[in-house]
Amino acid sequence: MKILVLVRQVPDSTTTIKIRPDAKDIERTGVKMVVNPFDEFAIEQAVLLREKRPDVQSVTALIVGPATAAEALRTALAVGADDGMHLQDDAFTALDELQMAALIAAVVQGGGYDLILLGKQEIDLDSGQLGPALAEALDWPHVGATVKLEFAADGKSFVARRRIEGAEEVVQLALPAVVTADKGLCEMRYPSLPNLMKAKKKPVKVVKAADVPGLAEAVGRVGGTALHTFQPPPARPAGKLIAGEPDQAAKELVRLLREEAKAI
Amino acid sequence: MTNDILVFAEQRNDVVHPAALQLVMPAKALAATTGGKVVACLIGDKLDNAMAAVEKTGVDRIIAVSAPQLGLYSAVRYRTALATAIANVEPRIVLLAATFMGRDLAPRVAVKTQAALATDVVELTISGDGALDVRRPVYNGKAFCHVSFPEDRLAIASVRPNTFSAPAGGSGAARAALAYTPGPGDDRINVQEIARSAGAVKDVTEADIIVSGGRALKSEDNFKILYELAQELDAAVGASRAACDAGYQPHSRQVGLTGKTVTPRLYIACGISGAIQHLAGMRGSKVIVAINTDKEAPIFKLADYGIVADVFKVVPALTAEVQRLKG
Ligand SMILES: Cc1cc2nc3c(=O)[nH]c(=O)nc-3n(C[C@H](O)[C@H](O)[C@H](O)COP(=O)(O)OP(=O)(O)OC[C@H]3O[C@@H](n4cnc5c(N)ncnc54)[C@H](O)[C@@H]3O)c2cc1C
Repeated sequence: MKILVLVRQVPDSTTTIKIRPDAKDIERTGVKMVVNPFDEFAIEQAVLLREKRPDVQSVTALIVGPATAAEALRTALAVGADDGMHLQDDAFTALDELQMAALIAAVVQGGGYDLILLGKQEIDLDSGQLGPALAEALDWPHVGATVKLEFAADGKSFVARRRIEGAEEVVQLALPAVVTADKGLCEMRYPSLPNLMKAKKKPVKVVKAADVPGLAEAVGRVGGTALHTFQPPPARPAGKLIAGEPDQAAKELVRLLREEAKAI
Repeated sequence: MTNDILVFAEQRNDVVHPAALQLVMPAKALAATTGGKVVACLIGDKLDNAMAAVEKTGVDRIIAVSAPQLGLYSAVRYRTALATAIANVEPRIVLLAATFMGRDLAPRVAVKTQAALATDVVELTISGDGALDVRRPVYNGKAFCHVSFPEDRLAIASVRPNTFSAPAGGSGAARAALAYTPGPGDDRINVQEIARSAGAVKDVTEADIIVSGGRALKSEDNFKILYELAQELDAAVGASRAACDAGYQPHSRQVGLTGKTVTPRLYIACGISGAIQHLAGMRGSKVIVAINTDKEAPIFKLADYGIVADVFKVVPALTAEVQRLKG
């Protein structure tokens, strides 16, 4: 089994988001970039499979992004991926999510991968499109928002649980397949300093637009949305603090929720 | 391409998802601009009740794709079925609800039909050049962004639940049935069962009201006071990650960045500090209440109503007051 894990680099979740004066993007200087938390679960799952199953040949980590994205790729390598692929080209920056899926499909096609793992969502644009879109572009089945993954003994199929409203769907799939990870699947181990050093020696292949045959056609078939104006979230009106003893305050809150907010 | 707007009316067990009925309002507004009709598409096995519920929202036409294999959701079968409906209607815009199903299905359908897609949108308009333009939250709700669509391609958008309300009082929609013809890969996902995670207790993504507890609750046992209030309000119980990690509540109840994103009518945060990652999951709530002993807790910055006091005193008092008013 050959596993590919997709890694995305995103602003740390504690980042204060400021909009640029021209509203075309957010301020990016000084923003701390980290591995997308949902992709962390996917990386750990890939490495766990590699450690537990003798039939797993390799785990390759793939990232699309500028030179600075290499740091996120290195985290995946330090945690246990064998090698990396860095899709790095100015031509990739204008792609929307569906086009990104088309790009990755074009790169991955014919690579002999059996399982592609990634987070269910990226915490910057929060679109959640990549996993299912990539599966469709490859014409593979997928399971989204997976919280549990169990392989059959022969390593050719698995049973996954995925989170839905108040319940979990239990689905069975044969490889090849795309699996997107949700919180609960596993937590990524801490990449130790020695492993981060060793990760620098692991092979990383840089892929440019010119290296991807049929890219323009594949990308031109789908998507084409553009983010054009950013705004801060609407300001919430100042809140009311309700004073008094707990009993009185509770009564007043219920009154306000009924009469003023009409929420109950 | 027609000027019609196609709405995917997601259902399970012949019950339409409330968020799917909420799509009809924006669909009608878009249809008024494009000069088209609103067509609803249902996919499943038994669909009678679901179709009746959709008809009440006042859509112009209902298309049902029904087959025994469509009884449970499968990403690949539903993709084929929805693509069939799209080929039949040739709409300009397709709307889905950004539910677990909608999030899973929309990207597949978009690639299959060579469309463009935006997910989790909260505003939809037709721009001067006739293309769809939407607004959606990004960076876990810390910003919003307008997204433009290309003019020459089918536009698909999933709409954030509870952004619009469901219209009522409609009747007399034309009905049609479309056959489901399995595609070559359609049997590759075998949905075995739907396992309810926490008995009959409402999930945070299904509730209009959420009573949520944090580390301050100190034990699973103490969450009982939240369940009692939730019972009176017909609410679901949520929790912070600190409370879930400590084992007070299962992770399926976690609200936030790595938990569930919720947009209820009312969110009551009990003993939750309001860390940025928690806010990421609930800042879209219509009314927010915070109960916390620390008046500096960041949750108060977001709250519409706040009480600076002990949850163990305030929450039972709230339960008693709601009970008293119900008589
Ligand atoms: C990548 C990442 C993802 C994360 N994802 C999530 C997520 O999805 N959801 C999430 O919630 N967090 C998430 N977190 C964690 C988050 O940063 C906080 O640690 C967490 O939300 C804190 O939970 P809390 O508010 O219950 O606990 P605390 O921050 O400890 O707050 C407890 C609060 O209770 C108050 N209190 C104490 N006793 C009482 C009392 N008797 N009555 C009233 N108030 C009282 C205190 O004043 C305090 O404000 C994430 C963090 C990271 C780094």
